[in-house]
Amino acid sequence: MIDANRVIGDWIEPQSRILDLGCGDGALLNDLTNRHNIHGYGLEIDPESINQCIANGINVIQQDLNAGLGNFADNSFDTVLMTQTLQALRYPHLVLDEMLRIGKQCIVTFPNFGHWRTRGFLAFKGRMPVTKQLSYQWYDTPNIHFFTYKDFEVLCAERNISIVNRTFIGGRASDLRLDKIWPNLFAHTAVYHLAR
Amino acid sequence: MTIDAHTNNNETAVNTSAVSFSTPLNLASGVVLADYELAFETYGTLNDARSNSILICHALSGDHHAAGLDADGKVGWWNHYIGPGKAIDTNDFFVVCPNNIGSCFGSTGPNTINTETGKPWGVDFPSLEVSDWVESQKQLMEHLKIDCWAAVVGGSLGGMQAMHWAINHPTKLKHAVIIAAALKLSAQNIAFNEIARRAIQSDVNFKHGDFLDHQTSPRQGLALARMIGHLTYLSDDALGQKFGRLVRSGDLDGAEKELVEFEVSSYLNYQGDKFATRFDANSYILITKMLDYFDVAQTYQDNPVEAFKQSQCKFLVIAFSSDWRFSPQCSEEITDAIVSADKDVSYLRIESDQGHDAFLLPNEHYEKGLSQYLQRVAQAHFGAPL
Repeated sequence: MIDANRVIGDWIEPQSRILDLGCGDGALLNDLTNRHNIHGYGLEIDPESINQCIANGINVIQQDLNAGLGNFADNSFDTVLMTQTLQALRYPHLVLDEMLRIGKQCIVTFPNFGHWRTRGFLAFKGRMPVTKQLSYQWYDTPNIHFFTYKDFEVLCAERNISIVNRTFIGGRASDLRLDKIWPNLFAHTAVYHLAR
Repeated sequence: MTIDAHTNNNETAVNTSAVSFSTPLNLASGVVLADYELAFETYGTLNDARSNSILICHALSGDHHAAGLDADGKVGWWNHYIGPGKAIDTNDFFVVCPNNIGSCFGSTGPNTINTETGKPWGVDFPSLEVSDWVESQKQLMEHLKIDCWAAVVGGSLGGMQAMHWAINHPTKLKHAVIIAAALKLSAQNIAFNEIARRAIQSDVNFKHGDFLDHQTSPRQGLALARMIGHLTYLSDDALGQKFGRLVRSGDLDGAEKELVEFEVSSYLNYQGDKFATRFDANSYILITKMLDYFDVAQTYQDNPVEAFKQSQCKFLVIAFSSDWRFSPQCSEEITDAIVSADKDVSYLRIESDQGHDAFLLPNEHYEKGLSQYLQRVAQAHFGAPL
């Protein structure tokens, strides 16, 4: 089974300067620092996660992504990362633009709403999906946008964002390579490598 | 050299000392201070490798008594954060806090005797900049045979000293903790300081700064200066919650409204009067000017990024949401400059309704962030257990 962090590791340059938007407890930055000797900074708003970053020795900056990223200069990072956060932003398209302004390249991962489990939840149960990737009830969820990888690619085309690379991750479906053959049904997570 | 040392039975053992330096201090103004004395306290024990020391830099009205109880039973100004098991843990660190020159609590300043004239320095005490405080702290560091601070920590004007250390003595510290500070003062900040100075200078007892010679003190002016300053360190919300429109004496519904004294008025007057008995008016003028002059980027073509490129330490920057004297935006400018300089930094924006004073007050998140950062420092630099 492929792991998103390993894919990200393959797409970044060793010793490069990396900004991770919504870095959580800093596990990804920690991993990239240990394996690829990167120089990273994470942005986070949750105080508990911030404390974990500090305890882990990760550079963490308390900043709300929805309030803008205007404090970062153009091309000031080699790579800007955002994992499993796009769906929780007020204006995902504007943040993508900002990521591509700040970083020479970007890597984004997000839950694919086209996965058969989410489709099945809605189609057969008639209820909004609650899955491992989207684990919240509809009335109390940070995830305010639901989209499939196809929706994401339409957005990229509209905003002249070039897709350098993409990988789909599909849990057990990966064993049968179903996530590669029919990603919109079998990939629960999409990983995109973007540039302008 | 050590004029007084005592350890009391309080949880934080306090060692009070003073050291006289006969090495001339070349001040930023060009004036040379031929000799001077620094009063300082230490807490905790210096390890054999002399690698576990933290320098605490005080702010405008602070002194060297940062933690524990002094001989008079007075609690240190940062006692909540310095001590055994506290955020700045004296079980791990050897903590040094000097009273800076130009201040008035034992170190050479306007209220001490100028050896050349035999009279108090008064208004003739040379003008100072933050760099002068740092240079004198560096002499103290050498006196204590410390080659490198594990961390330099300070709030407000203390944070400015920490920045100056990082930029001007990059190999002399591993970490800088900059709390509720700014790259430079805003026009509004300078304006508040000017009002405070004018209040002091307008007092008839100021005597052009020679009040000590006249055996008097401009207490009314100094109290007023402090009332203005103190108010700017608090938030509207904190004042509202603490006092609201509570009346201390008199009756708002009665006929003689002019007899009414609000609680907030009583509080501010008390704070002003208390301060006027313990602080020197010339020191207040001198140190508020230091604040006004401070500008990290002045010698770096007004580019703070270039300034921070000189540094080699790691940074922790902390701001408080309701601080309007040195707002979170000021701390974010510091953080952005450090990120652009490609140096390690973490930034915490602590939710607090306590205004600028929050840096001195208990706050769970603040305490936890500072404590975890310094635990990491202890582990990384001298292998203290978690």
